[in-house]
Amino acid sequence: MNFSFAQKIKLGLKASLVLVVGSLPFNLAAQTSVNEHQITFVRLTAQQYRNSIRDIFGESIEINGNAASIGVREAGLMAVGGRRLSLSASEVESYEVLALDIASQVLSPNRRNTLIACRPQDENAINNACAGEFISTVGLHLFRRPLSEDEIENYSAMARAATDSLGGFYVGLQAALVGMMVSPDFLFRIERSTPNPETPGTRRLDAWSRASRLSYFLWDTTPNPSLLAAAQSGDLMFEDGLNQQVEHMVASPRIEDGLRAFFSDMLAFDRFDTLDIDTTLYPKFTKNVEDEAREQTLRTISDHLINQEADYRDLFDSRKTFLTPALAALYGVPIPIRQEMGGRVPWVPYEYPENHIRVGLLGQATFLSLFSHPGASSPTLRGKAVREHLLCQTIPPPPGDVDFSLVRDTDNLEFRTVRDRLTEHRDNPTCAGCHMLMDPIGLALEVFDASGVYRTVENGAPIDTSGEWLGQEYDDVRELARMLKEDPTLTSCLVQRAYNYGTAREPTRAEVQWLNTTHSQLRSEGMRWQELMQRISRNPDFYTVPEAAPEEN
Amino acid sequence: MISKNRKFNRRSLLRGAIHGSAVVMGLPILESFLNNNGTAFADGAELPPCFGSWFFGLGLTPGRWEPEVIGPNYVLPEHIAALQPIRGKLNIFSGLQIFLDGKVNQNHISGAQGQMTGIVTKSAADYDESFDAIIDKQFGANVRFRTLEVACDGNSSSGWTARSKNGKTPCQISPLELYRRIYGGGFIDPNQAEFTADPEVMVRHSVLSAVTDQRHKLMDTVSSDDRSRLDEYFTSLRDVEQKLAFELERPAPLPACSIPSISDEEIGTMVAQVQNTHKQFATLLSHALACGQTRIFHVTLGNAFSTLRLPGEPSAYHALTHEEPINPALGYQPKCKILGEQCMGFFVELLEAMDSIQEGEGTLLDRSIVYAFTDHGEARLHSMKNLPVFTVGSAGGRLKTGLHVAAEGDAATRVGFTIQKALGVVSNRWGSDSNEVTTPFSEVLA
Repeated sequence: MNFSFAQKIKLGLKASLVLVVGSLPFNLAAQTSVNEHQITFVRLTAQQYRNSIRDIFGESIEINGNAASIGVREAGLMAVGGRRLSLSASEVESYEVLALDIASQVLSPNRRNTLIACRPQDENAINNACAGEFISTVGLHLFRRPLSEDEIENYSAMARAATDSLGGFYVGLQAALVGMMVSPDFLFRIERSTPNPETPGTRRLDAWSRASRLSYFLWDTTPNPSLLAAAQSGDLMFEDGLNQQVEHMVASPRIEDGLRAFFSDMLAFDRFDTLDIDTTLYPKFTKNVEDEAREQTLRTISDHLINQEADYRDLFDSRKTFLTPALAALYGVPIPIRQEMGGRVPWVPYEYPENHIRVGLLGQATFLSLFSHPGASSPTLRGKAVREHLLCQTIPPPPGDVDFSLVRDTDNLEFRTVRDRLTEHRDNPTCAGCHMLMDPIGLALEVFDASGVYRTVENGAPIDTSGEWLGQEYDDVRELARMLKEDPTLTSCLVQRAYNYGTAREPTRAEVQWLNTTHSQLRSEGMRWQELMQRISRNPDFYTVPEAAPEEN
Repeated sequence: MISKNRKFNRRSLLRGAIHGSAVVMGLPILESFLNNNGTAFADGAELPPCFGSWFFGLGLTPGRWEPEVIGPNYVLPEHIAALQPIRGKLNIFSGLQIFLDGKVNQNHISGAQGQMTGIVTKSAADYDESFDAIIDKQFGANVRFRTLEVACDGNSSSGWTARSKNGKTPCQISPLELYRRIYGGGFIDPNQAEFTADPEVMVRHSVLSAVTDQRHKLMDTVSSDDRSRLDEYFTSLRDVEQKLAFELERPAPLPACSIPSISDEEIGTMVAQVQNTHKQFATLLSHALACGQTRIFHVTLGNAFSTLRLPGEPSAYHALTHEEPINPALGYQPKCKILGEQCMGFFVELLEAMDSIQEGEGTLLDRSIVYAFTDHGEARLHSMKNLPVFTVGSAGGRLKTGLHVAAEGDAATRVGFTIQKALGVVSNRWGSDSNEVTTPFSEVLA
């Protein structure tokens, strides 16, 4: 189990934090010429902000609200879009209010003694030494690097001014803490790089930035004391030290946080924020079911890839999942427990019977609802989602001047199913190219309505789920899933997305070669999550910074 | 929150400096009273103009919204008859388009993007400074909130404004949250008798000033792209700093200012939900303008692929524009026409909220310009031609009203450029490539 830094102190495990802080050379930044330093930065996600606060100050700190907006998806990932984002005035305003609230909790009388080793003799006056100790200790974790002497002095000056004005030592520390929490050094992952002596013409992240990249990639949170110590000692700049950290982190249960964050991004869970399935048409799809569907998908992936250490490909035709009573009702399968009114949601492992139609991730309400219209399923949206989010392919936007009206004309008795209507639509040569890529996949999923409920007919006509995938015919979604998992595009997409997620950019040409090689090896050895994480994290290129814009691959 | 039970030394804070940086206070509109009829301050300075942009997706039914008469004295066609209550303050622009210049038509994006930024980009992810940001620079910083942006469909990404090329500004989606933001901590009623600056606010202001001072250190080490993003962050930080400075000064009395109340919110995409959310935002924004809290706002009914829905209808508005057959007898898509008319009805509710706030002989709407724009001329075909565009209000007589301007395929950016001119922006051109314009619609400039 991993403890938050606050917990470590409470439990007498203070050594890790104190040792790190106590031995840090605060002028480390000055070891490299300022002119050689370059920085890039990526905005923290709302979840990363929460996780960081939790791990620095403890789980008892309440974080009331999200300050940052969702962001933008670029190259298939919100993480890559994060490198394009700044913060608007309303977001900074929210972060400042959030920081005030958090700072007041952190420095409340019942918490301050846990977090601050020193005590001021007079609580109504400034104590420079104690303030400096607090700022350097907390600053190390907030900024993910030691603060320079100037920075400590600047934040100490904030504390002094606030103490003078408002008359309390801890109020002064609150002001300094708010200052640190609205600083770009906290709200952005600032990555510092220096020229790479091993490969002239490239740059590489310094040890502190490596620690951050690794930590947010694998655990979706701020570096822990062990990782900071490895950065401070310089171990992270060498193969052995890096590998040791990576091995420890990948073996930790906290790897699940990183996995959840990655798949939430890759599978476009941001769409949940605006999901609006019509409950008058789909009464079983309540807000609770929506939340449980999201959790079902993450729980299934996490158990499969981490607990079972199974192959990623098997996620697509696996019959194993986890269900709640409400989800079981949605899916029309029996589970042996009931939820007490107002009780916690009970999750039970469940395995669909042999030959059950609902298999893998594509048979879950998450995928089926996220890529539907509010009141109707959409083979096109679902097919597009498989192409774009699972296979890393790009479908161009539809052309102008196209009459779509036949697609929706459910009053026409000749075209009772969406397959009939889309077939007519695909007869238009302008549309055919893209729809041939999307619709067959989605039509195989038409036995599931917009909420994920199983059905066999549409407007009284039987639903035909057959189609063709890369020259092979299939009858239904089970066969399609088996074909999909054999397609190397599925696994190469995972490898590429995971890498890009970690670097928050598209790969360089050299990195594409590495990705291809790694993909080939993992396909033959087994596409296992921990192995993929280890290989990416150990790759020296993962810590390089392209001099120019990423090359197109 | 920082404890309030502390003594404070205002003088030391104002003088005091956090590591040498002086605390700079922004000034409110004017330290003076209004004149007797409320149209101007006592020293003769008029109430400043305001600007709002209002987006409705999916255009209107072609051939059914354009008045037959060009110029004044037009009759509102039935499709936009909802605008009748503010007809005298309305300008209608027809015949406008956005040019793609060979770029892919990013359906439901390129049209609105072109009108707000003057630029059509290759990728939908790229978005540049919108012209409300240009107007903001012209207006200056004498308000608590430089701009307020809201979305009525529960999607914070639905808006069309941006301060720079670093992405669009997120919108607030909850009227309750906006209410708290405006009228919660920090709001000072300009008409209250007593005023005492809050010492905690002074400390917060000083802290932000000190963080802002880190700007130069970081700016020296970033690439040009990152410099722009970092610059935007520090500009945002400065905005919050100025917001706090605003809260530290006694505001000028504004007789039209009152604190509104709002009812329960239910955020969603059904017509009734969007209407309720929009109506609450309309109330809050109107009062925020009247109370001097902001001078610029942006309202979006929904995102580019409008998710607005009629009761019992499985398809959302966007899907309907593509899938609803044209009724042969009527010659149009009936449900789409109804939804377009609903949007016009919502628009009027905002305008009436502004027009109901009397400021002397005029109204809040009279000293404002509200610009309404959409993404397509005919959404069914993703057409970029004959975009319906409206302006309402004269910005205190800077713009003529009651006119139908029938353009002949002009770039729609001409309307945005005309508004900039009316509001005092000094520039010879705006936009890029074929959407660059150099001449405003002089017939509507007063």
